[in-house]
Amino acid sequence: MTSMSIHTIQYIAVIGSTCFLFFIMGLIHQKKIRENYSLVWLFFGGVFMVISLWRGSLELIAGMLGIAYAPAALFLLLLLAVISILIHYSIVISRQSETIVKLVQEVGLLKMAVNIKEAKPWKQ
Amino acid sequence: MKDKAFRVLAIVPAYNEEKTISEVILSIKQLDFGIDILVINDGSTDRTGMEAQKTEQALVVNLPANLGIGGAVQTGFKYALRNNYDIAFQFDGDGQHKALEIKKIIGPVMDSEVDVVIGSRFLKKHNGFQSTVARRIGIKIFEYLNMALIHQRITDNTSGFRAYNRKAIGFMADNYPTDFPEPEAVILIGKNGFRMKEVFVSMAARDQGTSSINGFRPLYYMVKVILSIFMCASRRRLR
Repeated sequence: MTSMSIHTIQYIAVIGSTCFLFFIMGLIHQKKIRENYSLVWLFFGGVFMVISLWRGSLELIAGMLGIAYAPAALFLLLLLAVISILIHYSIVISRQSETIVKLVQEVGLLKMAVNIKEAKPWKQ
Repeated sequence: MKDKAFRVLAIVPAYNEEKTISEVILSIKQLDFGIDILVINDGSTDRTGMEAQKTEQALVVNLPANLGIGGAVQTGFKYALRNNYDIAFQFDGDGQHKALEIKKIIGPVMDSEVDVVIGSRFLKKHNGFQSTVARRIGIKIFEYLNMALIHQRITDNTSGFRAYNRKAIGFMADNYPTDFPEPEAVILIGKNGFRMKEVFVSMAARDQGTSSINGFRPLYYMVKVILSIFMCASRRRLR
């Protein structure tokens, strides 16, 4: 019974990881996420796929890190995934804010230039 | 001051300053040394832009969104750079800066004595407006930080009343900090080898409107600015 449930959870994990990877690929395919922003998702999707397929890997990681209870290593990995994705977002947001500032400045300057031209159309 | 004809631009950032903006513009225009005025209307929700336009004495950039003081002033630097101004100075749209003091801050730049001049309220004891106690404590903290980081004593790091020469304009057009830019800009200027000095100016308590730093924001302001200062000091020189 115990080995049955271990297998069951492994099947679920493999199916879950596969669905997740397909879901992300689907979003890229539909151009809902750009490739460069999806790489972090794909990377961690891949990591979880490996862990699901090769159960020993989790114990190996736990052993290397000195974690007595192997599933705790899974939580650590999950947390790492979430944190790195959030940091990645902060980077993307910061970059976009910078771009937006530049755009707003240019639009303001352009609008002024256009207004001046319209007010004095003879001064080409 | 030398007689050479300098092209001077006043960069006037304004956010919801409809009551003071025209007076500010006219006060600059009353001076006799032909200063061009560029008002940066930073996405105001009132009639600031229209009031400025109505004076017919200033060019008005209406930013389509509110960028905050840093982004607004940087727009002015970009304009100054592209239109070959020799000197640009910041002059706030809220009536805090006095037109009669302009000569003091652009003088040392005109004389090529320094690249950047900061108008300071704290160089002398006087009866003019010197801000509240809490703010002055904050300003003191910046003073000591700057002394440690760029080895130059700047007494009024939050003052926006500053003049820049052509070299500094070009640099600021690309590198002016966003959000709360003044103290960080001092580090940026010092670190990148510009010569800078302070001159004493008196300022008025703001006529209208409220400071952008109020309520719970002072704490956020201090933490954010101190972080920015350290980060700015730790980066490589940009020139």
